[in-house]
Amino acid sequence: MLQASGLTKEFKGFVAVNNVDLTVERGTIHALIGPNGAGKTTFFNLLTKFLQPTSGKIIYDGKDITSKSSADIARLGLVRSFQISAVFDDLTVLENVRIAMQRRRGDSYDFWRSEAVLGQYDDEARGYVESVGLGDFINHRAAELSYGRKRALEIATTLSLEPDMLLLDEPMAGMGQEDVERISALIKRISEGRTILMVEHNLSVVANLSDRITVLARGEVLAEGDYDTVSKSPEVIEAYIGAGHD
Amino acid sequence: MSTNENTNTATPAMNRSVGMPGHMKIIFVVLLAVLIALPFMVYPVFAMKVMCFALFACAFNLLLGFGGLLSFGHAAYFGMASYVCAHAAKVWGLTPELAILAGTVTAALLGLLIGSLAIRRQGIYFAMVTLAFAQMVYFFALQAEFTGGEDGIQTVPRNDLLGLFPMGDDIVFYFFVLFVTFGGILFIYRITHSPFGQVLKAIRENEPRAISLGYHVNRYKLTVFVLSATFAGLAGATKSQVFHLASLTDVHWSMSGEVVLMTLLGGMGTVLGPIVGAVIVVTMQNYLAYLGAWVTVIQGCIFVIGVLMFREGIIGVLSKIFKKPL
Repeated sequence: MLQASGLTKEFKGFVAVNNVDLTVERGTIHALIGPNGAGKTTFFNLLTKFLQPTSGKIIYDGKDITSKSSADIARLGLVRSFQISAVFDDLTVLENVRIAMQRRRGDSYDFWRSEAVLGQYDDEARGYVESVGLGDFINHRAAELSYGRKRALEIATTLSLEPDMLLLDEPMAGMGQEDVERISALIKRISEGRTILMVEHNLSVVANLSDRITVLARGEVLAEGDYDTVSKSPEVIEAYIGAGHD
Repeated sequence: MSTNENTNTATPAMNRSVGMPGHMKIIFVVLLAVLIALPFMVYPVFAMKVMCFALFACAFNLLLGFGGLLSFGHAAYFGMASYVCAHAAKVWGLTPELAILAGTVTAALLGLLIGSLAIRRQGIYFAMVTLAFAQMVYFFALQAEFTGGEDGIQTVPRNDLLGLFPMGDDIVFYFFVLFVTFGGILFIYRITHSPFGQVLKAIRENEPRAISLGYHVNRYKLTVFVLSATFAGLAGATKSQVFHLASLTDVHWSMSGEVVLMTLLGGMGTVLGPIVGAVIVVTMQNYLAYLGAWVTVIQGCIFVIGVLMFREGIIGVLSKIFKKPL
């Protein structure tokens, strides 16, 4: 589904991502883990072209997307989320979801038309909002939501685009245990018929959810496989705990 | 370009919430009533000046309050439109509506040119780029032949509207200006409450997220920039017909500053804020004119107090009190 080959990003005098090869199989949940500073988020930014790779190639669904813009990649059905919750604070919960669905009209440069035309999406948007358990908050401004609910809203917004593949950047970051369980269940549910690549620190979440795990350290792939293989790999243990513990 | 226009217009959802909310309708109707009575109560030229600046501030607010872009060079569009309109009326002998149209189109083209370069930068850099271009426009206005340099273009005639109706009488012309400015402000309201306006708000709130949803944000920014420049031009062109004059004051950077002041004082991102801000600033300039340079000092003090005490502006504060968008 998604294939990165030889992906490299150099900042001045520093290689953040070094020659990474990664293949995500269709219909799987693939996790990307690694210690802080391993280059996970940079790698995400490269895949979605928020950063320009120094070298390497990205193939998505058989198409070379290396030279496409971020917005165009999203239009192909490869949609990302962000580490810090990305909602539109001043819009209501309903409007947050609707703004994504509005993409179906194509571009919205029609500044002369009333926004009432967006009412056509209300019912379906309400469905997405309810599916992530935010039905009671539908007319609240997003800024008023708790952190966990903002993440849920973000997922509802992303889902309404009906993407084929999701890139989730630490979907559980900064969440309490209750929220973690709710979002885990949600991710499991939405993975039906979709491909997911996620960066996650919470190892129990990774162990439960993912079919395959890639470990990054210092910008390079350290190990790849299912949870059992990866967790027993001496390199991975060393990278997480640090050298000199033998 | 919307692909499914037909289904858009046919949805039953449309009937649920057509147009603006009830309280805004009432406010606009009352405002219109007041404006119709106004020229019989105050000096009509003063009333027209207030309306032109209200439109100018609303145009600026479209860019700042809804697009999240702080331009520090809006005098360029206001001023160039003023010059072109004056030139068109005086030298080409165009009727008011065509002269104003010529000025407005000039502002739109200028906005397209400057905007397409400026939107590549963000924040303070964006403001600096717009200021730099506005200064170039000022220099052009100072040097070019047709602008009359220091003198400006004076004794600009008001030709017959549509070639039929004499516009010499200020009260008669007032109603034409009312039509243009009030219509402009309503149009800006519509822009902010359109599908386009929704995307604009999303970009203002969280640009990376808007990109990740598949929006080409730079195209939206450029569109709103051009729209804002166009309405600023409409205001400037109309102003030169009101005063029979286009001058360097219209393109000077202090004009760019004044519109920032009006918008922030009234409340950026609100519908009525720029109008209220324009009324206050223009009224002060007119009725405190005998104080001379002290007007600027008073303006400065009011601005400082405004920013310290109520950062959302007058209408922003009222909007919070009444818990309604105003």
